[in-house]
Amino acid sequence: MQSSTHPSPLLSIQNFTTEFRSSGGKIVANKNVSLSIDHRRILGIVGESGSGKSVLCRSILRLIPSPPAYVTEGEITFNGRNLLALSESEMQAIRGVEIGMIFQDPMTSLNPVWRIGDQITETLRVHKGMGRREAREVGIDLLRQVGIPSPDTRFDEYPHRLSGGMRQRVVIAMAMACKPKLLLADEPTTALDVTIQDQILALMLQLQEEVGMSIILVSHDMGVVAETSDTIAVMYAGQVVETAPTEAIFNRPKHPYTLGLLQSIPRIEFKVDRLVPMKGQPPNLLKLPKGCPFAERCAFASPDCIETPVALREVEPGHFSACLYPERLA
Amino acid sequence: MSVKSVALPIRIRRFNPGAWRNVVAGWPLNLKIGLTMLMTIALAGIFAPVLTPYDPIIGDFQNALDPPSWEHPFGTDNVGRDVFSRVLYGARIDLQIGFIATYVPFIYGVALGAIAGYVGGWFDTLLMRLVDITIAFPFLVIIIVILAILGPGIQNMYIAVFAAGWTIYTRLARAEMLVIRQQEYILAAQALGYNRMRIIFRHAVPNLIGSSIVFSMSDFVLNILLASALSYFGIGVQPPAPEWGAIVTDGRDWLLQAWWISTLPGFAIIFTGVAASLIGDGLSKIISQRNTPVL
Repeated sequence: MQSSTHPSPLLSIQNFTTEFRSSGGKIVANKNVSLSIDHRRILGIVGESGSGKSVLCRSILRLIPSPPAYVTEGEITFNGRNLLALSESEMQAIRGVEIGMIFQDPMTSLNPVWRIGDQITETLRVHKGMGRREAREVGIDLLRQVGIPSPDTRFDEYPHRLSGGMRQRVVIAMAMACKPKLLLADEPTTALDVTIQDQILALMLQLQEEVGMSIILVSHDMGVVAETSDTIAVMYAGQVVETAPTEAIFNRPKHPYTLGLLQSIPRIEFKVDRLVPMKGQPPNLLKLPKGCPFAERCAFASPDCIETPVALREVEPGHFSACLYPERLA
Repeated sequence: MSVKSVALPIRIRRFNPGAWRNVVAGWPLNLKIGLTMLMTIALAGIFAPVLTPYDPIIGDFQNALDPPSWEHPFGTDNVGRDVFSRVLYGARIDLQIGFIATYVPFIYGVALGAIAGYVGGWFDTLLMRLVDITIAFPFLVIIIVILAILGPGIQNMYIAVFAAGWTIYTRLARAEMLVIRQQEYILAAQALGYNRMRIIFRHAVPNLIGSSIVFSMSDFVLNILLASALSYFGIGVQPPAPEWGAIVTDGRDWLLQAWWISTLPGFAIIFTGVAASLIGDGLSKIISQRNTPVL
């Protein structure tokens, strides 16, 4: 429905709502999220901790245990199939084969008791039915592709002998083993230091190009998504508050939250004495306000912002914002 | 080789003596000592017919109640059987009891606990209540009750231990699984589309089995002591089989005239117990250095 003019996006999420039910009440982790991503594109999702990015990402693969999580509304359509309606075994055939996922912390996302080669080839052997020898060759090749030096000896090493950056490369190799059409990257560079971050992002872009897949890149770092994404979605309190092509988000933000995020990053182009921090805290997800969730912290808000429910509206072609008064930002 | 891949947690690659030497060199001292002691007993049991000329069952009445000598290092008992021979042959029975009574419940105890911890829900609740019920009875009481119903003997003793001995492994494995389930590598395995059984047994169990292995060494000692105790009560291994506890029982009536009949086999039990404890200590030391894999 959004940004794309492409007739059938690779993945489209419609009105997706997830809530976590606990004894303390229900937490709406995703509220009416609608997003889509085309073939061979990169979608960046930004937002602060607790904004529902990871829940959304894991929900695509249905990795959120239920209970406590319940999808109350919405559809996730991948390649024409509604993922939420598939059986568990049908999902297993999609996970790792058509949709791959990489995680935040490479120090813990590899199993410490298995050699990295075993972990990479397991995917091939389970999903592609390869024999040990063939899988080994493909596995070594994958390690070479993700830029691991002397892959044939590294293949037989345990994860604890590799550095964080190397491990993240291995994690990427595992996710890429079956050449998925979509790669979900949940903060893939957050746990790495800055120079390694750059290498990993460059690697992901290169693989994306080679394999021709799409990537959903989740991050809380505007810089990371700016460098890589075609489209950016900004999430706040479980909702998408703004989505637009990268260039539009950075040059003409149409939501005060996005503006706030942009103002709080140091920029090399401008000489600024002070960054402008955002005031206040994100709202309590247990009791979300009826109106705009950002209204309390918003410098542009008027009293009706707190009362009027908000939804994404197209404010310029391909640029959607959930702000009632995007013109106030100009 | 076209072997369909199974969820075996430990696969030993091509045997490479050099690599093994390095592995052994890294072991703690108590593990090395414990293993040497246990191997000694195992070899003594295996080569008993070579090590001693006497039959463990048939005695020589001419030489009853002889004190320890070069001829009979542990002396002879009231029917003239060489106690040393009986201890050597007894190693076969006692080690067998130690292994079977420990590791059969170990396997299904860990498996059940791991499954319960991973899947949760009604299976977990049901299983843990069953564990609670089993634990509510004192261990020895359950064993004796079952043996009283089924009758004495080594097979019934196994049945009794299988019914009662798994609970601790289930608890340990479940508790560790609750922690491991939250680890990112389990999430990664789910995201790679593996089924539950593969995730549980190939990805989680090798990581949670450490504490159960360490405990199993204490359990090994306890099971040998249990077998000895049951034989002592007369409901375990039946005479004239040379089980260590049974030999100690036989000597009880002669303790004042022939101290060696009960005392020296008792040392064999202690020796085995110390060996297993040392192995357990050594293994727990290795496992606590979490970064290095056990094998």
